[in-house]
Amino acid sequence: MKLRHKDILGMKELSPEEIHLILDTADSFSEVSTRDIKKVPTLRGKTVINLFYEASTRTRTSFEIAAKRLSADAVNISTSTSSVVKGETLIDTAKTLEAMNPDIVIIRHSASGAPHLIARLVRHSVINGGDGFHEHPTQSLLDMLTIRRKKGTLKGLNVAIIGDIAHSRVAHSNIYGLTKMGCRVTVCGPAPMIPRDIEKLGVAVSSDMEEAVRNRDIVMMLRIQFERHQASFPSIREYAKFYCLNRERLEMAKPDALVMHPGPINRGTEIAPDIADGVQSVILEQVTNGIAVRMALLYLLSGGSS
Amino acid sequence: MKRLLRGARIIDPSQGLDGLLDLLIEDGRIGMIGEKLKGGQEAIPVEEWDLTGKIVVPGLIDMHTHLREPGYEYKETIRTGCAAAAAGGFTAIAAMANTNPANDNRSVTEFILRKAREADIVRVYPVAAVSRGLEGRILTEFGDLKEAGAVAFSDDGKWVADSSLMRQALEYAASFGMPVISHCEDPYLTAGGSMNEGRMSTELGLRGIPPISEEIAVRRDIALAAYTGLPVHIAHVSAEGSVQAIREAKKAGVPVTAETAPHYFSLTEDFLAEYETAYKVNPPLRSAKDAEAVKGGLADGTIDVIASDHAPHSSIEKDVEFEYAACGMVGLETSLGLSMKLVKDRILSLGQLVEKMSINPARILRIPGGTLKTGAGADITVIDPGHCWKVRADAFRSRSRNSPFDGWALEGKARMTIVGGEIRHDET
Repeated sequence: MKLRHKDILGMKELSPEEIHLILDTADSFSEVSTRDIKKVPTLRGKTVINLFYEASTRTRTSFEIAAKRLSADAVNISTSTSSVVKGETLIDTAKTLEAMNPDIVIIRHSASGAPHLIARLVRHSVINGGDGFHEHPTQSLLDMLTIRRKKGTLKGLNVAIIGDIAHSRVAHSNIYGLTKMGCRVTVCGPAPMIPRDIEKLGVAVSSDMEEAVRNRDIVMMLRIQFERHQASFPSIREYAKFYCLNRERLEMAKPDALVMHPGPINRGTEIAPDIADGVQSVILEQVTNGIAVRMALLYLLSGGSS
Repeated sequence: MKRLLRGARIIDPSQGLDGLLDLLIEDGRIGMIGEKLKGGQEAIPVEEWDLTGKIVVPGLIDMHTHLREPGYEYKETIRTGCAAAAAGGFTAIAAMANTNPANDNRSVTEFILRKAREADIVRVYPVAAVSRGLEGRILTEFGDLKEAGAVAFSDDGKWVADSSLMRQALEYAASFGMPVISHCEDPYLTAGGSMNEGRMSTELGLRGIPPISEEIAVRRDIALAAYTGLPVHIAHVSAEGSVQAIREAKKAGVPVTAETAPHYFSLTEDFLAEYETAYKVNPPLRSAKDAEAVKGGLADGTIDVIASDHAPHSSIEKDVEFEYAACGMVGLETSLGLSMKLVKDRILSLGQLVEKMSINPARILRIPGGTLKTGAGADITVIDPGHCWKVRADAFRSRSRNSPFDGWALEGKARMTIVGGEIRHDET
């Protein structure tokens, strides 16, 4: 089986079969990262560009390592500004890069839909590395890989996603991805952080964290970006009081529940330090699996098959 | 010179006229309407036009356009905007004040009128700003602007959020017999939004503009009109709640009038799925339910006017990330074709369409036009109701191409636009 997409823009566009294909491929690539010589020649001669308009450590590094472990040439472009007026337009930058004949460009941008704009205009593949509040498909795929490895399956699991749902592309991608794979998803956060009509995407909604966590198999916490969305809640202190995942709240979940977080974590804000470092936490395994998932996508978009 | 328009169906609700008649134009004015008129008894030559199968109506008036001059001539000039208007069947247009500099003093009003005179294509009626620099703080000099030729006041693009200032504007404008047009949008509820709020904005990860952002502003302006007893005109109605608020207000006798634009009954937010900036407009495209409510408002008279809200933008503003793209779409050359669909769908009669696109704008703006009565200026639009055509943005007379209707098949087109007896557009 092959991917039938030129681009990976969101979980919304992927079928369950394609998600399985990506996860299965990622499984087979995981082993590469455990070798002494962490490199295979699969993508030798391919060029991968990381075009990042937003600060990022883990996603950019993860893509770069994934490309290098497949022997592709990886180039990083970090543009801190996404200013409308300053400098070159996004389209001009993208067309300029296209003229250098890359095979895959990964785009992260603060504006929702920016990777879609580019994907329409260029020949090469585009991977969405996170766009605005819209989607972050590779994060969702690595979350699913992590869950599948721990739980054996995704089907029938009860998942709580907790935090600023409205401004979280991770939440959006996981809502699409996890519901597609048969999970029951509840989103939870202060009401101003719950976007309108989210229930129409097939999720349950709660503003009561204890209710949201109770009997869940997976508790997925989101990073609170208080520097960005101050208007949504009065203070970090108040947020932490009602929505921080601490010992008491986690005990309401199933005893073998997994604690997940896309990182970077705000210790003490959305997750208590002992929980982040606790036995149920799979936060660092998510990071490890991120490389395998990204290797799988680079491979499949380059025409590889299972 | 005389012109005789022969054999068309003449529809003029201003005098209850609807029939196969001839119309004689004399000295730039409507001479006579009747059956089988003869033009040639006298020595003056008569130019005859056989308009069998066509519809002749009072010249269409677009009370909401953006001509972009002065300041944004790369998007549109007064000349190109007027040419687009004539091609779309409009004999007169009202130009909004958000140019650069804004039309907030008589020198800008006079400049616009001078440019319009030089272009000499259609009639241009400047709408001056309510507040200096459209900043919502200090009223402009209404009397001076009226003397210079402004016909109405509006801070279009922004709501006059200060209720006291808006009250003063209604009162002061009324003392000069001038209407005030309100762009209704609560700036706090709108902040940062780039599309309608709802399932679609949630799916696309874009900040939403809730329909109540418009409705709340509409309700305040209605309250001011009710309290002062003075008229207010609501621009580009897009939301069901606004339609309902205006309907109730009219029933209660409040002097409120309203317009909508063709995109609010022709498109919905669902068109935004691919982040196409051609669909980005303010107020935003709403849900199917809102579009139905707008049609209902047109049908029952709640909404008096169809105006294009012609808003030219270049690729510089549009070929960018959706959130950064400018709001607005050109409309002068598609407005009639899109509105004719309402006639085909039996939402409006042809007579009602003429009311919404000619008679009512003239009445609200208190300008000449909207009639084919003998002696009136010969502003006439000839419509071919059955003509099927394809919208081609690259063939627009407008300088801008930002139309979401590019490629659409429409039925009904202006074939001839006559202003003051002169033919300004001819596709017969």
